Amino acid sequence: MFRINGINKRKKKGQAKLLPFINGKEGYFLAQEALLLKMDHIHKKFPGVYALNDAKLELRAGEVHALLGENGAGKSTLMKILGGIYEKNEGDIYIEGKKADIKSVEDARAAGISIIHQELVLVPYLTVAENIFLGREAQKNGFLDSRKMIQDTQAALDDFGLKLNPNSLIADLNIAQQQMVEIVKAISFNAKIIVMDEPTSSLSDTEVEGLFKSIRKLTARGIGIIYISHRMGELDEIADRVTVMRDGMYVDTKVVKETPGDELIRLMVGRELTNYYTRDYNSSKEIVLKVENLCGDNSDHVNFELHKGEILGFAGLIGAGRSETMETIFGLRKAVSGKVVLNGQEIQGLPTIEIMKKGIGLVPEDRRDEGIFPDMPTKFNVTLKVLDDFIRIIRVNGRKEAEIFDKCVNDLAVKVASGKTPIRNLSGGNQQKAILGSWLAANPSVLILDEPTRGVDVGAKSEIYTIMNNLAKEGVSIIMVSSDLPEVLNMSDRIAVMCNGAVTGILDHTEATQTKIMEKAVHY
Amino acid sequence: MKAENSLLEIIKEYFKRNAGILIGLIAICIIVTLNSDKFLTQDNIMNVLRQISANMYLASSMLMILIAGGIDLSVGSLIALTGVVAGTLVANGVPVPVALILCLLGGALCGAVNGAILSTTTLPPFIVTLSMMNILRGATYVFTGGATVRIDDRNFINVGTGYFTIIPLPVIYMFIVILIVFLVLNKTKLGRHIYAIGGNQKAAQFSGISVRKVRMFVYVFSGIMAALAGIVTSARNYSGNPVAGNGAEMDAIAACVVGGASMAGGYGYIGGTLIGALIIGLVNNGLNLMRIDSYWQIIFKGVIILVAVYIDYFKNLKKNKTN
Repeated sequence: MFRINGINKRKKKGQAKLLPFINGKEGYFLAQEALLLKMDHIHKKFPGVYALNDAKLELRAGEVHALLGENGAGKSTLMKILGGIYEKNEGDIYIEGKKADIKSVEDARAAGISIIHQELVLVPYLTVAENIFLGREAQKNGFLDSRKMIQDTQAALDDFGLKLNPNSLIADLNIAQQQMVEIVKAISFNAKIIVMDEPTSSLSDTEVEGLFKSIRKLTARGIGIIYISHRMGELDEIADRVTVMRDGMYVDTKVVKETPGDELIRLMVGRELTNYYTRDYNSSKEIVLKVENLCGDNSDHVNFELHKGEILGFAGLIGAGRSETMETIFGLRKAVSGKVVLNGQEIQGLPTIEIMKKGIGLVPEDRRDEGIFPDMPTKFNVTLKVLDDFIRIIRVNGRKEAEIFDKCVNDLAVKVASGKTPIRNLSGGNQQKAILGSWLAANPSVLILDEPTRGVDVGAKSEIYTIMNNLAKEGVSIIMVSSDLPEVLNMSDRIAVMCNGAVTGILDHTEATQTKIMEKAVHY
Repeated sequence: MKAENSLLEIIKEYFKRNAGILIGLIAICIIVTLNSDKFLTQDNIMNVLRQISANMYLASSMLMILIAGGIDLSVGSLIALTGVVAGTLVANGVPVPVALILCLLGGALCGAVNGAILSTTTLPPFIVTLSMMNILRGATYVFTGGATVRIDDRNFINVGTGYFTIIPLPVIYMFIVILIVFLVLNKTKLGRHIYAIGGNQKAAQFSGISVRKVRMFVYVFSGIMAALAGIVTSARNYSGNPVAGNGAEMDAIAACVVGGASMAGGYGYIGGTLIGALIIGLVNNGLNLMRIDSYWQIIFKGVIILVAVYIDYFKNLKKNKTN
């Protein structure tokens, strides 16, 4: 083991990157030597919960190692232990063969560990350079040495092939660019291990490509990446090996290329998921919602019809105007011109509350920001849209309220201890189901779901698909805005593609392919 | 009927939620009782209730504003303005009921100005109501030339000094206000909307809640409550004083915060606020009875607020850790 210390530093660039691709016995030993990180027999107890029970993880230099598991499987707890945010109760961490004692975020940083969180933690009104040097600003004669910081940042950006200005404010960058800044910041700390927590959850496909390119540059330098994602499709493309966790325990480590996706899902869920996507196509030709020449924020003469009992998928790149169009239909944004006709009635220009009463519901894109009231009880969250059903002036019918809540919990299988539990304590999937249930309580005839499965684990995803299919069967018409192409392809009756605020095509599910959708998504 | 709706459950919940401050309240009562035999007399208890009543009007409306994610710093100035206006109206022969209604409407109008600005723009409530605080205080001085307006009208004075059986009228108003706020927050749609916009304003908009209407309501209500406090204060003092109500907004906020309300919005209960106002009132009263210099009361008030939020901080820290 002693030979392992510092092996990466002495190795030339490029050599390290070969390691994960070497097969056979020799390669195996080589890879063993280059073990960058070993987390062994990690246990973590929280009051009343066994969050990690004998978890382990091995990361080689130059490897992208995916960490898979449902929400609550212990992935983030394990990463928080690695990052020094939590302290483990038992177990050992070895970095380059040396036992590491990580007790704080500073310890982790000193050990070369950098975590890029799902929610980025850059300071919005500081520049790129100021963010990268935050907390260790260069000084000259007791004053900030801005010139040096800008030069160094520029060098780091150039080195990484990024066309970013060190003087740009973070607030002016898009999410993908901000992520790149996080990566450059991590490298500037000489990180050897970078953890990426759902890095693609808010990126468009082209931006994901850019991210993958950057990841490959990192691995070429011998940096090890721990990659957490719910998007199975990405793993094939980017990850070398994958470790699956379930209920706080280590399940298995596999080579991605040799493992089919459904086997990974089986390992994750611990049971066979027979029908991941459930879909009976039974829409009628009856038009429920008709949008004509709708113009507004990022909506440019949008035209489409929604049939009774269909799921109309909305595909497109981030910023194509899908969410804005939906919010305009829902009365949250002002339309400049155009018509929205629901069951023969013009509804454009009405306030949201009136549109809700006429039978439209919208489950927003960003659950935490727009969907839930995090500190409020789950029951409050579930019943908020139907207060009229159980409150008469100053009389609250508690029994009716409990019925509405129980129906939601039972129908959608929401896992929650009691109605009083604050909704933030629920897992992402259960939060999403509760929010979906809060809209279903209002019996909408048209339901707009914006990214219905974002940040939701596979088990809950599959449940949400089943719920959507059942709703469509009952005659509810669903608009599903989604950036997850397999989801769009497998769940939609028809697929509308948007680009630059306009609908550039509507494809039937029988003819739609990933390529056809992408062609229309980059229409202009 | 579910168990959580039974009266016993509600009382249990109340004690559980307010355990910390209730213990504090009882501790203060015990200490003062041991040091003064005047404390537990009927006269003194009524006295304490009357002293906290004006603060409770303000704290009740402040609570709704804090829950909705705002703040109203202009209420103290509005007390003074209402007082001098009421005095002037009555002195000029305006019948007392008319003068009272005009004052309450005037308060509502001032609140509506705050509400209108805050519901149509994204200006921070702290700044908007801070400006209003200065404008109203300045207007009061301009109106009176800095002088106190004497009030001799017995009917008007009676509004603040009268009794219903053994209970002072301001205390009666206080319980009515508490009841209204309790009903609004717990039993109406409006109440749920107030908690919703303070809890997550965007999610509230996505739920079809009119943030504007809710904001308008809480600020108008706050204006009315400040006017009520102004009327009662001036009636009790036989005069409208332009320096009246100085810092009253801070006492109201203190009562809310000691009572567990969150300055970040979305959380707070009127039962807690009442205990908060009682603690502050009792400390003042107790120190008086124990013949401790009144300047010390201000220091004690500060310490109590600090201790209350400190306890709250640790409660939250523990809660967040277990999650």
